[in-house]
Amino acid sequence: MGIISRGFGGRRRESVPGLPPGQYLTHDFPVLSAGPTPRIPLDRWRFTVTTETGDQKSWNWTEFQALPADDVTVDIHCVTKWSKLGTTWRGVSLDTLLADVESAADYTMVHSFGGYTTNVPMEDLLDGKAWVAYKFDGEDLEPEHGGPARLLIPHLYFWKSAKWVNGVQLMTEDDPGFWEAAGYHMYGDPWREQRYQGD
Amino acid sequence: MTAPGDRAAALDGNAMAGDLREIFAVDVTSARFMCAGCTHTDAVATLMLWHQAPGLVARCPNCDDVVMRVVRAPDRVYLDLRGSVRLEVPLEGS
Ligand SMILES: [Zn+2]
Repeated sequence: MGIISRGFGGRRRESVPGLPPGQYLTHDFPVLSAGPTPRIPLDRWRFTVTTETGDQKSWNWTEFQALPADDVTVDIHCVTKWSKLGTTWRGVSLDTLLADVESAADYTMVHSFGGYTTNVPMEDLLDGKAWVAYKFDGEDLEPEHGGPARLLIPHLYFWKSAKWVNGVQLMTEDDPGFWEAAGYHMYGDPWREQRYQGD
Repeated sequence: MTAPGDRAAALDGNAMAGDLREIFAVDVTSARFMCAGCTHTDAVATLMLWHQAPGLVARCPNCDDVVMRVVRAPDRVYLDLRGSVRLEVPLEGS
């Protein structure tokens, strides 16, 4: 009983220290999607880093799985106001994927199967802040949640954690991605409630 | 790479009528769009709408490209039309 009731109830909700302003706690995992769910066969999966000079480095699924991976427990915050605390993931750090890449770029555009894009400053991808995650809660990531692999960048609103991720383009200037071009904030810090342009 | 069932979640463009009425004095769902991706032309009401998202995403029923995006902030509505070559709006009484 004690274990099951933890996290429920209004009193605890208000005392949760990990909840940014304007957010509420959820215990399920809502599925948000801007289009059809792409089904990517693993033998056609590829992740590609493209530098500002056009140099490319890429991994197929087998190569990607052979990279060192981290198990991380993080809180996630969706701009539609739900937050989910203590989620567990396994993924490859962007520090690993960008380690041998020659670049002076300060900005990146994250690309996905299906055409989704989102812009993230380079420094926000580095130093243990972002992963290409392929397991959630100990299981393979389901297509609805972005599988085979999605970006996980929990310190920004969750629209930045692009589902079905397939690459990062390094850029010398910032450009808006899919939602940023349609009115959402270029950076998206949940602790500063950067939901929309001008927030 | 889309399973047939994945498109079943889409509403159609009629569900945008309320949001668009705040921006345009006419009922835009009766206007005709031309898709920037494939030049398919039809009524806005025929677009496939994805609404379980941070905004509304209306996709071309012919090629799945995004034709319109609507984002609601508390005090503003953003309408992104880059996926539309044009909107053809019928005039009253013509
Ligand atoms: Zn089209």
